[in-house]
Amino acid sequence: MIIAVLAIPIAAAVLAGLLGWRRPVAWTAPLAAAGVTGLGIGIAVHVLDHGPVSALGSLLRADALSAFMVIVIGVVATIAGWYGVGYIDHEVRAGHATAASARLYAVLVELFVAAMLAAVLANNLGVMWVAVEATTIATAFLVGHQRTRASLEASWKYVIIGSVGVALAFLGTVLIYFATRHAPGLTGASLDWTVLVAHAPHLNHGVVRLAAGLLVLGFGTKAGLAPMHTWLPDAHSQAPAPVSALMSGVLLSVAFYALLRYKVIVDAALGPRYMRGLLIVGALLTLAVAASLLLAQRDYKRMLAYSSMEHMGLIALGAAIGGPLAMAAVLLHVLGHGIAKSVVFLGSGELLAAEGTTEIARVRGLLTRRPLVGGAFGLGVLALLGFPPFSLFASELGIARAGYASGLGWAVTAALLMVLVAFAAMFGHCQRMLLGAPEGQAIIHPTAASTAAPLVAGLVLAAALGVTVWPLERLLHAAATVAGGR
Amino acid sequence: MSGSLYVQLLDLTAGLVLVCAFVVLWRRDLAAIIRALAVQGAAVAGVAAVSGAHHRDAEPLVVAAVVFGLKAVAVPAVLRRTVGRGGDTREVTPLVNIPASLVAAAALTLVSYAATTPVVAVAPSPETRTIPIGVAVVLIGLFTLATRRKAITQIVGFLLVDNGIALIAFVATAGVPLVVELGASLDLLLAVLILQVLTVRMRTKTGGLDLDALQELRD
Repeated sequence: MIIAVLAIPIAAAVLAGLLGWRRPVAWTAPLAAAGVTGLGIGIAVHVLDHGPVSALGSLLRADALSAFMVIVIGVVATIAGWYGVGYIDHEVRAGHATAASARLYAVLVELFVAAMLAAVLANNLGVMWVAVEATTIATAFLVGHQRTRASLEASWKYVIIGSVGVALAFLGTVLIYFATRHAPGLTGASLDWTVLVAHAPHLNHGVVRLAAGLLVLGFGTKAGLAPMHTWLPDAHSQAPAPVSALMSGVLLSVAFYALLRYKVIVDAALGPRYMRGLLIVGALLTLAVAASLLLAQRDYKRMLAYSSMEHMGLIALGAAIGGPLAMAAVLLHVLGHGIAKSVVFLGSGELLAAEGTTEIARVRGLLTRRPLVGGAFGLGVLALLGFPPFSLFASELGIARAGYASGLGWAVTAALLMVLVAFAAMFGHCQRMLLGAPEGQAIIHPTAASTAAPLVAGLVLAAALGVTVWPLERLLHAAATVAGGR
Repeated sequence: MSGSLYVQLLDLTAGLVLVCAFVVLWRRDLAAIIRALAVQGAAVAGVAAVSGAHHRDAEPLVVAAVVFGLKAVAVPAVLRRTVGRGGDTREVTPLVNIPASLVAAAALTLVSYAATTPVVAVAPSPETRTIPIGVAVVLIGLFTLATRRKAITQIVGFLLVDNGIALIAFVATAGVPLVVELGASLDLLLAVLILQVLTVRMRTKTGGLDLDALQELRD
């Protein structure tokens, strides 16, 4: 089953490469992603009843946490792929994309999804690292898809900063490997997560400390944590909308997943304090950067990128708190943010295509002029801001409650203050975009139902998750236990 | 291979890796910088080969061959082609001038010796004693990235970081598992190819390799 999960997007990539961009081929993207979601659910059910499964020796392994991440990737990729069908069609018709670039796009998106799946299914931490770096490679040309000066600048920064950051994580990986080589009770060095967790208490503390710092900095770069976040607003605002949705909605979380895996090892070796300290610093710094840059933001795509940083900051804070409640809330937040952010990024792609600008000041009265897209965009932003009934409300509440319960009230209070600033800033920007008086005559532009369908579906899903998480409850708890929530 | 010869060869190749990092900072001529990088790649492969020969182990020799092909031949060739397509061939305006850069690099080398003391202390041996050199090369690479404004020199900075890490991997753990090494090598090659394509696009858009020409995205 694990191999099938990886085979689906790779097969879809081959298909897209052979047949090029055609309408029926385009549909393979959402269908493949839906298949991945289905298999993820299958794996989850199996894992919950029979325990973790392995494949290819011990290279790949799925436990509850991996299964949960496969589902997150599958769901967001389905929404983004569904929207992508019409999006690329439109790009080709408008002359922004050629047949060749549309084909490249289709192939790279599938490889990107495959790399993320490989990262969450790897048991060998070296393989996980290779997969995370592969996501940078697959997305480099996707960020530069539009071939403008700005997108070139964005992809340059993305590749350089992303690769260097991830290289530091590789150094951390090497140091962990070095520590296992000299750990008593271990026959030979290993990078298998299961082996590392079992032998973590015997690892040399000094080496693990150094490695953990490098890993937080390195994978934190890809997860959008300050201070190595500078590529994020550029790359997320320049990429085509479906790619922004995937990068913002899941890639950040996949990089953070790598940190969660290492956190289990580091906590077992050094106790929870060390990693907690690193993550709290990262979280608060990220929230501060995001909140301050949201305040004076003039570009709505960059606004969404900084909002992703804000949410990654909250996720890092939740992980720092640890414990079953906080970890379950973190994972629910990952899913809720993935869905809501992809809906909003897809909506922003539609707005850009229709309005021809990404400037907040030049978009007014959306709700009257483009009720469907404007409404979906607005509801998505409300979801991101943590309004009920959407699931982000429940998960933010869960993180805050767990924080106060575990004596980290000062950090949670500081974080909530910054979230409040971000909230006010985003609410103000979006309120003007949606309700402000439009310049000149207000003409109503209907949106094609096929374009809006994935957005509406995503919103419904996010709201349903907020109302009740019972189908996911067992999986969330099992995954939270894996992530160290004892 | 006798013990002392092995240690001498190991120190010699590891020292060469560090010297090449200094040469990169010292020279302005892009062709010379790429030559230094190729020599450094060969030296990193040499470290793997020396330790493989010493321990009579075949796997490091395979890895050494892969690393040599990648870091001493393929990647420098890609960079040379990028520079060879005309345009500017010199790093004229580093943010920190050359003498100051060299002093900074010397300071970074000292810092790396201090920072890696706990790591070396875990298992003092001729191999682990070269770990600080790897860390120094990583830091010099980061310094290059931060202070050089040409597309090519930024790629070179990234490659310095990578070479430093590769050196650490070879001396600290006799290399990571083969599958990881091959995956990482493939990732590196693809990343450099992508950066080369972006550099070519940059030249068509801005007429040069200066990153300062790309300053549109800011808040």
